[in-house]
Amino acid sequence: MNPAININNLNYSYGTMPVLENLSFKIERGDLFIIIGPNGSGKSTLLRLIAGIIRAGDGQIELFGNPIRNYTRKALARKIAYVPQTVPVDFPFTVSEVVLMGRSPHLGMLGLEREKDLVITKQAMEFTGLEQLAHRKTHQLSGGECQRVFIARAICQETDIILLDEPTASLDLAHQTRIMDLMEKLQKEKDITVVMVSHDVNLAAMYGKTLLLLKEGQILSRGKPDEVLTFQTLEAAYGCTLLVDESPLGHFPRVTPVPERLMKIKD
Amino acid sequence: MKPHFLKRLLPVAFVLSILLAGVMFLGISVGSTGSNFGDVWRSLLTNTRADSVLEAIIWRIRLPRVILAALVGATLSLGGLVFQALLRNPLAEPYILGISGGSAIGAILGIILGLSYFPGVSIMAFTGSIGTLVLLLIMSQGQAVFKKDSLLLSGVMVNAFCSAVIMFLISMTRDARLHNIMFWLMGDLSTADIGQVGFLAAALLPCFILIFWLSNTMNLLLLGRDMAQTMGVNVKIVTLTLLITTSYMVSITVSYCGLIGFVGLVIPHLLRLVSGSDHRILVPASILGGGAYMVVCDLLAKILPSQGEIPAGVITALIGAPLFIFLLKRSRQ
Repeated sequence: MNPAININNLNYSYGTMPVLENLSFKIERGDLFIIIGPNGSGKSTLLRLIAGIIRAGDGQIELFGNPIRNYTRKALARKIAYVPQTVPVDFPFTVSEVVLMGRSPHLGMLGLEREKDLVITKQAMEFTGLEQLAHRKTHQLSGGECQRVFIARAICQETDIILLDEPTASLDLAHQTRIMDLMEKLQKEKDITVVMVSHDVNLAAMYGKTLLLLKEGQILSRGKPDEVLTFQTLEAAYGCTLLVDESPLGHFPRVTPVPERLMKIKD
Repeated sequence: MKPHFLKRLLPVAFVLSILLAGVMFLGISVGSTGSNFGDVWRSLLTNTRADSVLEAIIWRIRLPRVILAALVGATLSLGGLVFQALLRNPLAEPYILGISGGSAIGAILGIILGLSYFPGVSIMAFTGSIGTLVLLLIMSQGQAVFKKDSLLLSGVMVNAFCSAVIMFLISMTRDARLHNIMFWLMGDLSTADIGQVGFLAAALLPCFILIFWLSNTMNLLLLGRDMAQTMGVNVKIVTLTLLITTSYMVSITVSYCGLIGFVGLVIPHLLRLVSGSDHRILVPASILGGGAYMVVCDLLAKILPSQGEIPAGVITALIGAPLFIFLLKRSRQ
């Protein structure tokens, strides 16, 4: 069986500045795949390339064995859903309207919804715990609720793959775990391949099945959390001193950045 | 769960159609030549030629004028709606952005050069509207998807510049055709004849249909370019199509009846309050509602002055400008 995503010798640059250099890796079906790395390492660019928002200058991205450039926009939208980091909510759509919009790749130009689409929309809202908010306007919601609305919209798109760009950024701790629990539920119950970019290595350690650590557009490490999140690789990636031990919650690493004043005491 | 889309569209469309038909009938009935509703009704519906003078006034003067008002109102209101969605700014509107002003410059240049209304003046007006649009987009570029105030400020400046150019052009010419230009400039609907109105309808109706066809795509665009693209929208082509179609519609109406402002601000705003943000409903509702609103404004322009008439653009500005200030103040809070 072909992997969900297969990337071969992918290069990308903004002007003359290379952002991604010669990346090759696979993402298996049903994985919860988290891309981590320092600022400017090319994480978001990689995600946008997979989503088809920007086209690769060089190299190949295959989805289920077919090169991404062979897909029409609409066909691609039935395979991959994308949740950006921030979404403008300045026009007052209701929650159910936004979630229903996820059906549009399956509908005609005017997006005339059928009974089936309303059922799928309702299920997506139940899955994400939004039933109570169905008729609220999106600009009245909190950051975490908003994020769930756009995830529900992605679920409604009924794709095999969902891509998310830092879905937990700017959320408080409770909402962070809630969103990540949702990601795990998506992957386990719906068998969707979830690929996300995250800044939070500890969330990545707790939830990720496979991690990809990028630095300056190159792969530093790829594998299970305990293979990737080692003291050596993390120090090489972030260039600061970190404490890596085992989390008291289970068999996954816990990463703690070490403040400078504590390092002096250690000396 | 919201009911099916058609179940939401039909009541809105029904109410607005009745409203439009009602005010159009009122518009046909009221005029300086005294008449009563019964006579007008009979004249419209039957072939009995009881009063030939009234007959002529109704069919040759009032009916074209009312249809023209409805078409212009529909176009300007729809233009406002499209610009608001594409620029993600609820205060955007062809007149406020200076698009109408640019069309007017083109149209006046065409008149001065002695071109015929079609295609000469129309093409000049279209060129003017596209020119100001490009200028506006360049000026507000690089400011994170058009920050609300900077876009409006650019529009105000473009508008001021256009007004100055228009005044300059008028002062440079002694052409007799420009005698009435001030009246035209303020938005005048009184010179319609049925042939021209038919031509206008033929030029505008395909645009209405095209924009309705793209209305669901406009909804998706409001979720941001990236998300729209990953839902199958060709963002560049759709945006370009909508901008050019809208500029074309606006330039056609401007070259025909001058500058009528704020219609595209008032109507979409009211409709959004009533029926939400779904453009599949807002597009037809803006066409019907904008038409009705313009017919009423033209009627007011006809009956308010103690003698003669005032341009309809005066009425729309008297209503629209205060609303604009109110909305601007509220959007800052």
